[in-house]
Amino acid sequence: MAQVIVVTSGKGGVGKTTTSAAFATGLAQSGKKTVVIDFDVGLRNLDLIMGVERRVVFDIVNVIQGEARLNQALIRDKRVDTLSILPASQTRDKDALTKEGVSEIIEELSKDHDYIVCDSPAGIEKGALLALYFADQAVVVTNPEVSSVRDSDRILGVLQSKSKRAEEKRDKVKEHLLVTRYDPNRVERGEMLKLEDIREILAIPLLGVIPENESVLRASNTGMPVILDAESVAGQAYKDAVGRFMGQELPHRFLEPDRKPGLLRRLFGGRAA
Amino acid sequence: MSWLDFFRANRKAEPDSATQAKERLQIVLAHERIGRTREDFLPRLQQDLVAVVARYVAIDPGKVNVALDRGGDISTLAIEIELPGAKSGASAAPAAANG
Ligand SMILES: Nc1ncnc2c1ncn2[C@@H]1O[C@H](COP(=O)(O)OP(=O)(O)OP(=O)(O)O)[C@@H](O)[C@H]1O
Ligand SMILES: [Mg+2]
Repeated sequence: MAQVIVVTSGKGGVGKTTTSAAFATGLAQSGKKTVVIDFDVGLRNLDLIMGVERRVVFDIVNVIQGEARLNQALIRDKRVDTLSILPASQTRDKDALTKEGVSEIIEELSKDHDYIVCDSPAGIEKGALLALYFADQAVVVTNPEVSSVRDSDRILGVLQSKSKRAEEKRDKVKEHLLVTRYDPNRVERGEMLKLEDIREILAIPLLGVIPENESVLRASNTGMPVILDAESVAGQAYKDAVGRFMGQELPHRFLEPDRKPGLLRRLFGGRAA
Repeated sequence: MSWLDFFRANRKAEPDSATQAKERLQIVLAHERIGRTREDFLPRLQQDLVAVVARYVAIDPGKVNVALDRGGDISTLAIEIELPGAKSGASAAPAAANG
């Protein structure tokens, strides 16, 4: 049986697709058979971020409507052989997704995968509800910003009331907080919510903190999940988050502001006291 | 105002924007979380309470006051139902009532 992981946030544009691509790639790199599904029907983008846009033939809606078999729609990643991608449809609307259809797809994928990562669309409407419905675990992507934190709180409420686990009164969906686009320099200047404050407010276990980093845009330009850029701080932070997800204990990195050498130190060279 | 006061006044500037963000979030979320779990049963609780009282005395639906107060730690629901007094049975014949 596969674990179903939804990457969700409520608010749009906070880094769900970036995270889904990085996270799924990281899980697959550790040898786990992983598939990542784009639930953003009408606004497909995971294919671009994963760099497989030119290989899309069929999509999830084709599978649900019986126009293609699941195996025909799955795209095998060329870099990590345990990873595949199920794209969203670009032309249909969200109503083309049905609970029964998605249920069948997840059941079939469960047979031969370890992880099924669901990239949720923004909002709390049908597409987002379906993306989280089957989840065993949720990665709640949050930016250090008031509306994102509020929407994350809202989506936590939805996970606790509208997921399949909640409906069937089974153990609740396991929640993980992933803070992204964090800028320690702005935090130090009092311009951005501190990590501790976000943790205190949302009160769910912290999976990781991804710093605001230029490498994310660069990676998306070339269609490479940022976790494959092992030199970049965002890539390393995602790698740590995946490690923690799989049970490793790793310290949180990249939380300190840049230390510009002070005037005295520059003048006198030696270490400041 | 001495120049010292000037510096003191400057120091007491309002909290930085990140602190304000945290405080605003804590307040709005405290209320939204209450709404999520409890809001839906309050109207029904009110109806049920009023119905129970109405089984014993005839009450005027216009004379039921409901006040909900959402606080940080606790919220209170106050229902005030005006019961007809001893005199009300006589209201059809006001002249019979004596002060
Ligand atoms: N850590 C980061 N540093 C810098 N930029 C980032 C970071 N994470 C995400 N971004 C940028 O933020 C934008 C939105 O990211 P992304 O598409 O992953 O968000 P999303 O939550 O999937 O959006 P939507 O709700 O529209 O699906 C992109 O331009 C991405 O490059
Ligand atoms: Mg997205």
